[in-house]
Amino acid sequence: MITFLLKGMLRDKNRSLLPVLIVTIGVALTVLLSGYLRGVMDDVSDVNARFETGHVKIMTRAFAENKAQLPLDLALLGVDSLHKSLKKQFPNMSWVSRTRFGGILDVPDTFGNSRGQGPVFGIALDFLSKGTLEPERMNIPKSIVRGRLPQTLGEMLVGEDFAHKLKIKIGDQVTHFGSTMNGSMSFKNFVVTGTVRFGMAAMDKGTVLMDIQDAQAMLDMIDGTGELLGYSNKNIYDDASMQEVVHTFNNRQSLSDEFAPVMLTLKQQNNLGELIDYSTQMSGAYVFIFVLAMAVVLWNTGLLGGLRRYKEFGIRLALGEGKSHMYRTLILESVAVGFVGSVLGMLVGLSGVYYLQTYGLDISDMMENSAMLIPSIIRAKITPDLFIIGFVPGLLATTLGAMLSGIGIFKRQTASLFKELEV
Amino acid sequence: MKTFFWLIFLFTPVVLLPPKIIDPVAILQKVDANLTSRTRIMESSMVIYGRRANRTITSKVYAEGNDKAYTEYLSPEREKGTKMLKLGQMLWIYSPETDRTIQLSGHLLRQSVMGSDLSYEDMMEDRKLTDVYNAKQLGKEQMGNRSCVVLELNAKVNDVNYVKQKIWIDEERFVPLKQELYAKSGQLLKIVSMTDVKKVGVRWFPHKMNYKDALKNGQGTDFIILKIQFDAPIPTGIFSKAVLKR
Repeated sequence: MITFLLKGMLRDKNRSLLPVLIVTIGVALTVLLSGYLRGVMDDVSDVNARFETGHVKIMTRAFAENKAQLPLDLALLGVDSLHKSLKKQFPNMSWVSRTRFGGILDVPDTFGNSRGQGPVFGIALDFLSKGTLEPERMNIPKSIVRGRLPQTLGEMLVGEDFAHKLKIKIGDQVTHFGSTMNGSMSFKNFVVTGTVRFGMAAMDKGTVLMDIQDAQAMLDMIDGTGELLGYSNKNIYDDASMQEVVHTFNNRQSLSDEFAPVMLTLKQQNNLGELIDYSTQMSGAYVFIFVLAMAVVLWNTGLLGGLRRYKEFGIRLALGEGKSHMYRTLILESVAVGFVGSVLGMLVGLSGVYYLQTYGLDISDMMENSAMLIPSIIRAKITPDLFIIGFVPGLLATTLGAMLSGIGIFKRQTASLFKELEV
Repeated sequence: MKTFFWLIFLFTPVVLLPPKIIDPVAILQKVDANLTSRTRIMESSMVIYGRRANRTITSKVYAEGNDKAYTEYLSPEREKGTKMLKLGQMLWIYSPETDRTIQLSGHLLRQSVMGSDLSYEDMMEDRKLTDVYNAKQLGKEQMGNRSCVVLELNAKVNDVNYVKQKIWIDEERFVPLKQELYAKSGQLLKIVSMTDVKKVGVRWFPHKMNYKDALKNGQGTDFIILKIQFDAPIPTGIFSKAVLKR
């Protein structure tokens, strides 16, 4: 019977080629779109985790309420003891201090007068501790355009475009002018040791990077930090386990003290939760639309095939084949079509995803004025679930199409078969 | 009965007379006479109320007319030695820690001074009200135990920090007791309350001002005058950039 069905399918292109093509195109598109969306969302959350949110972040309650304004007067104090207790409480995580702040970078001329100045966005991180992972975490060594990382206090990195605009050379002394955490004026001289370009419009506009100890001295926040970021040692964001960490930590803090620390997960920051949920929903929508559209198309193809094969079904019924058996063989045929189409679709779709994963799409022109942390080159990503996302709906759509179109078999009247066939 | 009607006749015009309108420009001229001077030497302390702690910063200011002002911060230790020089619309700040003089311009002048509710622009503005605003009387109000004339001031020049003000002026001493400062959009930006009005020579002058940024929570910033001299001679060379590094 299987040989009979296979021969029939291979010899009748209308039963094989067209449905296989439809399934291939559908599966390829679903895999490509899902892989692209998955890659973009992973990139966005990874970049945010590395640069801004951590897998979890601790701030004071008051700071968290106004975090968009980076209110340093509400920064965390007593960070050393908090750091030690976090290490003890969550041994599978690493904790780092980061402080973000605004200010003015002033470049002097040979007489010490302002030659140029511009607003900068400062990020202070641990450059100097032994074995620090912070520069690598923020991809700084690879982002250096000129010069080197800071090696001692009083050194800083400047955004390449900003340095170019103000004609800053490596080794130049510049002055950072801003406010301390108490609001007093802060001035500090730095030597520029290098320039960086992160490939993210929001980061490349006027970022300066310095060691956290320099920032603490400059901003008058000894043993303080704007934010304390936590990273899972597996280096992968797992929402369920991070929520558990947050729950455990927050339950031990005072609710009445506005300067008590509060912890947030990555998903609770920068609207990333909504973004990730949206992308999951979009991915689900792609699959649903694909299954629905393919099922309708294949149902239609099946109906046309049924009309074409009206005589064949009649003869098979006249020869004594059961209606249910015939219906099952139709479904079996569709499973074979679905399997071949899904495999081909997967191959085409995954090739596209692989291409986008390797080369990516350059969206820097679109992101010029964006304040969101999104890489300028966005890439798709091959993940194991893409195999399920492509393969299962491919099979499901063809089977559903065949099941709908094959219902006609049960409407045939055996008594009038010979009259219909007119043999 | 006749006497009663006579009394009504006599007093009715008085009752029906509209309240006396005082020329708002004349009021502003008197305010200007109190507040502005050819030169001014002043020692002051600024109490900045923060959410965590309060800070007090003391400074000494030498000012000449509207265009020249030199400020040296005297305490606390972190601020000591920081100097500011205003010449026309230019403002330079010297920091002893970096031994650098930095010029502020443009939007930076709208930033807060030392975390207070005062901006550099607020500090730099010292023009006569009559030179900058047209005045309209809104009415009279009681501020504490002082009777005040309430004026609405609308800018008649373009280069002004606040295009509209509502000002409560003590009608006896011609000193403002309260100011509401508005943006072009009509948004209230700051409220300044003046108290501790004392006589200095021939003029009345408020010795305590509370600047409250209407867009921020908190108690604002108290600006307290410790010593003030009007029209006193200014030491030579004080309004030059060279004095900053001295």
